[in-house]
Amino acid sequence: MSRILAILQKEFLQMKRDRLTLGMVFMLPLVQLLLFGYAIQTEVKHISTVVFDQSMSIESRDLLDSFSSSGYFDITGTAKGYAEITKMIDSGKAKAGIIFPPDFAEKLRKGETAPVQVLVDASDSMVSNSAIAVANSIGLLKSQKIIMQKTGVQSLPYDIRVRPWYNPDGITAYYMVPAILGIIVTMTMVMMTSMGIVREREKGTLEQLMVTPVKSYELMIGKVIPYIALGYLQITVALLVGGVVFGVPIRGSILQLYLLTLFFITASLGIGIFISNIARNQMQAFQMSFFVFLPSIMLSGFMFPREAMPSIIQYIGNIFPLTFYLTIIRGIVLKGIGFPYLIPQVMSLLVFSVIMMTLSIIKFKKKIA
Amino acid sequence: MDKMNINNIIETESLTKVFGGLAAVNEVTLKIDRGDIFGLVGPDGAGKTTLLRMLCGLITPSRGRISRNSDSFGYMPQKFSLYGDLTIAENINFFGALYKIDSKTIRRRADEILEITGLAGFKSRFADDLSGGMKQKLALTCALLAKPALLVLDEPTYGVDPESRKEFWKILYQLNKEGVTIVVSTPYMDEAELCKTVALISRGIIMSTGDPGSLKKSFPYGILELKADARDLDFINDLPEVVDGDFYGDKYHVAVYEVEQAKAAIINLLAEKKVAIHHLRHIPPSMEDVFVAVTKEEVV
Ligand SMILES: Nc1ncnc2c1ncn2[C@@H]1O[C@H](COP(=O)(O)OP(=O)(O)O)[C@@H](O)[C@H]1O
Ligand SMILES: [Mg+2]
Repeated sequence: MSRILAILQKEFLQMKRDRLTLGMVFMLPLVQLLLFGYAIQTEVKHISTVVFDQSMSIESRDLLDSFSSSGYFDITGTAKGYAEITKMIDSGKAKAGIIFPPDFAEKLRKGETAPVQVLVDASDSMVSNSAIAVANSIGLLKSQKIIMQKTGVQSLPYDIRVRPWYNPDGITAYYMVPAILGIIVTMTMVMMTSMGIVREREKGTLEQLMVTPVKSYELMIGKVIPYIALGYLQITVALLVGGVVFGVPIRGSILQLYLLTLFFITASLGIGIFISNIARNQMQAFQMSFFVFLPSIMLSGFMFPREAMPSIIQYIGNIFPLTFYLTIIRGIVLKGIGFPYLIPQVMSLLVFSVIMMTLSIIKFKKKIA
Repeated sequence: MDKMNINNIIETESLTKVFGGLAAVNEVTLKIDRGDIFGLVGPDGAGKTTLLRMLCGLITPSRGRISRNSDSFGYMPQKFSLYGDLTIAENINFFGALYKIDSKTIRRRADEILEITGLAGFKSRFADDLSGGMKQKLALTCALLAKPALLVLDEPTYGVDPESRKEFWKILYQLNKEGVTIVVSTPYMDEAELCKTVALISRGIIMSTGDPGSLKKSFPYGILELKADARDLDFINDLPEVVDGDFYGDKYHVAVYEVEQAKAAIINLLAEKKVAIHHLRHIPPSMEDVFVAVTKEEVV
């Protein structure tokens, strides 16, 4: 015990003096939160739009109003021909184009179907999906109104009301902030831990430590506890910033949030320690950490919804602790659910931790034997 | 080897370590006396570090056995292995705590050793900011904290200035007088002369063991020291009277079978080649001569 304390004391001393790392530890959550919270809006509004109106009628003006008042389309210019629209979309000056045929108003008045062409730059799928969906619904709504006027029907046969639970306003930050906790913990536990342990081997201090009576488990515990503390500190910073800057509410129990995070921490530490056992130097440890980190981000549901992935990719995503942790943290923060609903995820993390730690111990024993 | 001689602090038998098919240490059988200053002498890559690491239990031998008749030992790796971002005092306290020495005793012992090593005034300096010689002294201090009966030092004076080297050896002698057995590796022949027992190691094999005096006495050839006006003197080695020769600084050392005969032959040869001789004299063999002769024999 006294040896573990000595190692802890030494680790904290070194950490305190390593200003660069310490700065990173606090900047990381802040920068990530601000980046993901503000810049990455999964909802796209204000798509710049050019109009080629050959009808120049009240009807066409009316439909255009509906487009621009939706908030999704900003009419930024008019075009004098099909070719000009094409050019503007090609050059990226506009993301969408609306084309009214000359006989648009005439056809409407006659009760015929009046075609309107909406061109969308689909190279950015996020933009095009929003644009297409909104354009379609504007068309439907407008048509509906006309049909209702014609037929004298007062109310619609269906009334489907979709209510987005947990995040009714669709605020990106609500969804992102809890997930960023997962990313931060992954970084600290995998990258910093593995590099911290490898540093001891690289600098030769491990050789000096190994001739002292210190046990390898004491060394491991002493090395790892400061990183756990660091991880919790980062989470606290992130939650505070999330609450103050983005107004993200924590609907579930904070205590459970902190407790269940421990399972994710041990799982991530397992990866970190494992990497430190196979990496020869800090650079390798860094690269291997990234090798874990990138697929974690891609496949865990942090960036893209897992439901949209092919099932084989979903299975692969299940290798990464972050996948389970995102369910846990989003569950607690957004849905306000607790442990009883999260048992499968917690168990998965537990199994993962045990496997990783066992592998590491086997490997580490070989190293000093 | 079940009944280890209790006068020996370390015994090894056929100790071998193979790295990727090459034996870094090859069939080493050693006995190190309690109270010895045992020097493991050989050039870079001879296998010194590997052998010492096995003696300390840091790496597993591929074959062979080690018995160490001492619970406590201090080890100073070849590379400075303390924490550069900790001060002298912090390093000492940390390693002391790992040995479970209470802080009062650590302080007392550290003060003692720091006094001997002359580091007492620098306790709050970061290890990274110390000179090579001071770093070695700090490493020695940490290795001595647990009052070990055995001290294993891997090239402790590597990259240290000559003055500090001398000082360092003085400390080693003092420790030895207090009863500490010292096992030290070095590539320097002048340091070999300072050991009580020397083992010459080359390519993983111990070529010869003994005290420096008797190693030199048992040297089978005579040594002639030659100073002459020529850059290249290797042609002397072709004389039948000459075993081998090599430059040592600006002098040429020639190992010969019989001193007077060889002297005459060399004078003749140089006169023939019109090379002026500054001096040519018979000198006692140095450790280096012994080492060169021993390792050359192995090649043949
Ligand atoms: N960990 C290792 N892996 C592979 N080869 C090694 C290792 N350690 C030492 N060697 C090799 O063993 C030989 C002896 O090295 P070493 O014991 O360091 O010699 P010395 O200390 O006398 O310079 C060298 O050829 C070196 O390359
Ligand atoms: Mg060496």
